[in-house]
Amino acid sequence: MVKLFRFLKPYRVQIAFVVGLVFLQTLSELYLPTLMSDIVNTGIMRSDVDYIWKVGRLMLLVALGGTTCSIAAAFLSARTAMGFGKALRARIFAHVEKFSLHEFDKIGTPSLITRNTNDVTQVQMVTMVMMRMMISAPIMCIGGIIMALSKDRGLAWVLAVVLPVLAVIVAFVANRGLPLFRTIQEKIDRINLIVRENLEGIRVIRAFNRTDYERKRFHDANLDLTETSVRVNRLMALLMPVMMLIMNSTTVAIIWFGAVRIDRGTLEIGNMMAFFQYSMQIMMSLLMASMLFVMIPRAQASADRINEVLAVEPEINDPEMPRHETSDPAATDPAMAESESESESEGKINTKSDGERGSESESRSGSGSGGRSISTGLGADGEKGHVEFRDVTFRYHGAEEPALRDVSFCACPGEVVAIIGGTGSGKSTLVSLIPRFYDVGDGCVLVDGVDVREMTQEQLRAKIGFVPQKAVLFSGTVADNIRYGKEDATDDEIRRAAEIAQALDFISEMKDGFDSEIAQGGTNVSGGQRQRLAIARALVRRPEIYVFDDSFSALDFKTDARLRAALKKETAGATVLIVAQRVSTVMSADRIVVLDQGRVVGIGTHRDLLKTCEVYREIVSSQLPEEEIA
Amino acid sequence: MSRDSVSRDGVSRDRMSGGPLAQQRPAGPALPGGFRPGRGGFGGGGHGFGRPVEKARDFKGTLKRLAIYLKPMWPRLAVVVLAAVASTALGVISPKVMGKAITNLGRTFGMRLIGLPAGVDFRYIGHIVLWLAGLYIASSLFNYVMQYTMAGVAQKTVFAMRRDMNDKLARLPLRFFDGRTHGEIMSRMTNDIDNISMTLQQSLGQLITSFVGIIGAIIMMFTISWLLTLICLLTLPLSFFVTATIARLSQRNFAAQQMELGLLNGHVEEMYTGHKIVKAFGHEGKAIDQFSQINERLYNAAWRAQFISGIIFPLMNFMNNIGYVLICVIGGIMVTKRRIELGDITAFIQYQRMFTMPIAQTANIVNILQSTVASAERVFELLDEPEEIPDTAAAATIASPRGEVKFQNVRFSYKKGVPLIENLNMQVRPGQTIAIVGPTGAGKTTLVNLLMRFYEIDGGSITIDGVDIRDLKRGELRRLFGMVLQDTWLFNGTIRDNIAYGREGATDEEIVRAARAAQADHFIRALPDGYNTILNEEASNISQGERQLLTIARAFLADPAILILDEATSSVDTRTEIYIQKAMAELMKGRTSFVIAHRLSTIRNAESILVMNNGSIIETGTHGQLLAKGSLYADLYNSQFAKAHVDDQAV
Repeated sequence: MVKLFRFLKPYRVQIAFVVGLVFLQTLSELYLPTLMSDIVNTGIMRSDVDYIWKVGRLMLLVALGGTTCSIAAAFLSARTAMGFGKALRARIFAHVEKFSLHEFDKIGTPSLITRNTNDVTQVQMVTMVMMRMMISAPIMCIGGIIMALSKDRGLAWVLAVVLPVLAVIVAFVANRGLPLFRTIQEKIDRINLIVRENLEGIRVIRAFNRTDYERKRFHDANLDLTETSVRVNRLMALLMPVMMLIMNSTTVAIIWFGAVRIDRGTLEIGNMMAFFQYSMQIMMSLLMASMLFVMIPRAQASADRINEVLAVEPEINDPEMPRHETSDPAATDPAMAESESESESEGKINTKSDGERGSESESRSGSGSGGRSISTGLGADGEKGHVEFRDVTFRYHGAEEPALRDVSFCACPGEVVAIIGGTGSGKSTLVSLIPRFYDVGDGCVLVDGVDVREMTQEQLRAKIGFVPQKAVLFSGTVADNIRYGKEDATDDEIRRAAEIAQALDFISEMKDGFDSEIAQGGTNVSGGQRQRLAIARALVRRPEIYVFDDSFSALDFKTDARLRAALKKETAGATVLIVAQRVSTVMSADRIVVLDQGRVVGIGTHRDLLKTCEVYREIVSSQLPEEEIA
Repeated sequence: MSRDSVSRDGVSRDRMSGGPLAQQRPAGPALPGGFRPGRGGFGGGGHGFGRPVEKARDFKGTLKRLAIYLKPMWPRLAVVVLAAVASTALGVISPKVMGKAITNLGRTFGMRLIGLPAGVDFRYIGHIVLWLAGLYIASSLFNYVMQYTMAGVAQKTVFAMRRDMNDKLARLPLRFFDGRTHGEIMSRMTNDIDNISMTLQQSLGQLITSFVGIIGAIIMMFTISWLLTLICLLTLPLSFFVTATIARLSQRNFAAQQMELGLLNGHVEEMYTGHKIVKAFGHEGKAIDQFSQINERLYNAAWRAQFISGIIFPLMNFMNNIGYVLICVIGGIMVTKRRIELGDITAFIQYQRMFTMPIAQTANIVNILQSTVASAERVFELLDEPEEIPDTAAAATIASPRGEVKFQNVRFSYKKGVPLIENLNMQVRPGQTIAIVGPTGAGKTTLVNLLMRFYEIDGGSITIDGVDIRDLKRGELRRLFGMVLQDTWLFNGTIRDNIAYGREGATDEEIVRAARAAQADHFIRALPDGYNTILNEEASNISQGERQLLTIARAFLADPAILILDEATSSVDTRTEIYIQKAMAELMKGRTSFVIAHRLSTIRNAESILVMNNGSIIETGTHGQLLAKGSLYADLYNSQFAKAHVDDQAV
């Protein structure tokens, strides 16, 4: 928690003012009983009405001054504490935005969200309360003691006895009570767990007729919680009466021993009355402080979680000296590379007419597989959109087995490379290395001949149109969501992207067309529609490299077919990587990479692989009728 | 995954409502009920001063129903009330008694002051001190009795409410659960119940003591001096006015803060869940900009809200001090005029605190009550949901089920006016396999819902072995079925317990046999604790495929006549998939099976295929028949299983 207070630094002056103001306010609060004792000692005892009025006016002024101070303090502390929360929140958010997926996996997305929201709120709230009370409690306590002593030293020993007793009781309750409250929380969690399991498994529970069993399970947990709660609350029931009793005993003691001292003539009656009030103020400030001790551990837990996030160093950082593909030494023949890449880059920046693209792709497909095998060997030839994996090994954080092992292949512009394999074979992992969501362990991933670690993430990702497995949409309009791929996209471009992605039909059917609102998480459109919008988002970017991570799964077959036909035209000049489950999706790819448990077990066309790759044959035979395989 | 989001839903509402707003409770020297350990008080409790409060729609009615819950405990409640009254009444008397001592001491002191020899009357003072001690001890004792008893009352009441809610959930139809989020239901069972429990435990007693305290203090003040009392009461309307004004102001600001906080949380959630996309499209900067904007607005709303709620205590304290000064000055003058005694001033100072503090908290208490009643209303709302049609009394039984299923003119719809299934006729002979095919989201679970009578059909009948399923007890009907769905539901417990879930009272031997049949035995034994391995909350310590094997084992153990299977194994590695296929094939032997089919072999060998789309069954027939028809099924088959001609044109 203390660590986080560095975010309070800009507010040093304000905090100093708050301390000062609270100090003044406390003084005024402490001064009132003294004035009262003056009224009693001088005014009442000597029947001096004028004096009483005079002191009364002074008291009002003092009270007014105190109130003004505390309102000013409230203003400053509200701004300080909320400003602190704001700064902290912003810092976390900006920090987390730098995280790679690795860090997200490590802490967990829901947890990160909680830390950025609830935990900050929790810390901010405690800061607020601390500003309000943590400052005033000690001043009040010490000031009260000084004032009480100045009124009468002889009675001070009453406080010397009572205060430690009070402290011990508070400590005892904190010690015994807090763990008990934790126990209660655990039992509440247990009940929540059972309810959640019951809700999620309701079909299973009913199907297996286990309703009574579940009811008993809940009943036991409920009873357990109730018993503990009763016990804890009964223990806590002691607290208030005991506190009251201690305070009241103090008054009784002050009366008795005060009487003794008055009898001896060493104490004035007004001072005794003031002494009462001081002792009350001291004890109140102690109680207030003790409540803070209840709050702080909880805020501490939040603060720890926040510190943990801030302490994480994002492991993927931009290189200090990013390399451009033009400076690639591999591009030995600049003239040749230029001619190739020029038309491509044009296509990326300005929208190139369809006809041109179409003819290009035709000439490409005409060159056949021979040309491709050459480019495989060449690696970086200056083409835009060239992707190469060189002996890539990758393991997830803390995983025993690498998710990918010695993966090597390459994909060239105009090619469609499909990646197939069972779940857990590393398909999605493989494609998420291209936009550098993760850094490889060994080997390297090259895009346009440059190691992805040597480019800025911005440069790299500008080349890629990524369509994830789980189509994520953001709140905003349909157009906003598509425009996410290219911020300056015109309405026409958006419309075209939607058309290719086969999304135009359902968008036009929506109430406001492209201006229809998408709910957070895209919950108001179907899975298939979400996927099509995610595809449109990638298309509008007109990137060099398309990555489809199992992105057609929620589409019905007709849309699927139409979409892929349209895509073929659109992506003709680009490099396309498709992760797929269905053999039918990958069959016509230029190259198929078969993964099994993180290893490449075959690369080739459908026909080649059927002959050479056992794993591929297995996958095919589970999906296709035999007569089709042959 | 859904577990995650659900738990977040459940928690966040509580945290968010309590979080930033809970510290508004005035932290003054209020003696009664100031300390709320754990939750409440200054902590992250649910009740806060000045925050917008949800109001119950039917306040009175809900309160009455709440009273019904408290009714069985009326003797204890009577004890609570009596103890509260006694404790407060005794507490109210003591300042006056104490005043007598001060008066006496003052008189002695005054006589000394004018030179008269006077000693303190220690017998008199001693007498009073003893009285006071007695009063204080008795008052504390009664207070303890009150809180002690209330602990029982409060907890037993919410125990009953929780129990009733859970029992209710067991009787609600699936329609209810499918229609709302888990978080919504959870929130009623946790946050709302928690809220009620908190109020019963702490605020109810506080309400009584405050009320008695105010009345008592005013009465006692009147017995001392009506003039001084009236002067004190003068500050009251002012206090009310200040409290009400600030409450209104701060509510508006808290509403703004709450709104911005909601937006900010939404943005964070969205950006973090979509982190991959944000990164892929390089929009980190944009995300941060947007965040900063909301954050700035939140800051502006938040500090205003905090400030306004923060000044309520200084202002109340000021009112208090005005009263204090008035008492000192006017009381002092009155003492000089011999209208009252010196001790009366100390008594008055204490009485004044006794009634201003509770008044400062009135707004708070009203809020607490309102939100509690709103919570109770939500609880009762759930308790009032229409239940499943009860089982018929003279229910039929099927002694030795064969598994013959017949659909006759079945009509069904989820929503009135949107028919999904019309006039479905189908006869399944024992041991046959029915394949259900269709694109994702085609509503293949509908059939499961109808067969298991999770939903009631609108017309026609479904019979099993000639008995209408509505004539069977639900338990009896469901015993006939075994279910292996893609959504593998396992609970927090050992693997053994999870398999044993299939049948109550299964022996260890039977469990192992079932696991073996389900091809699960070998992987279970490979786990460090074998069958005693505890599956954690997300069951993340075994793989998805292994989870599926466990649910197959569960079905084996249940040994049903009819099976409902979901073949989808999309998230399973190839090796486990082979095991699952084997296990499922084994399980289907000799049983009537409804299979949500993904495998060609299953589909081809099925006696009948149901083709579903958009929630309804659009075609039925055998593989050959349907192919010959050349409609949706043929398309589907070609796109998924055949060397698709479309692919040649596509990518």
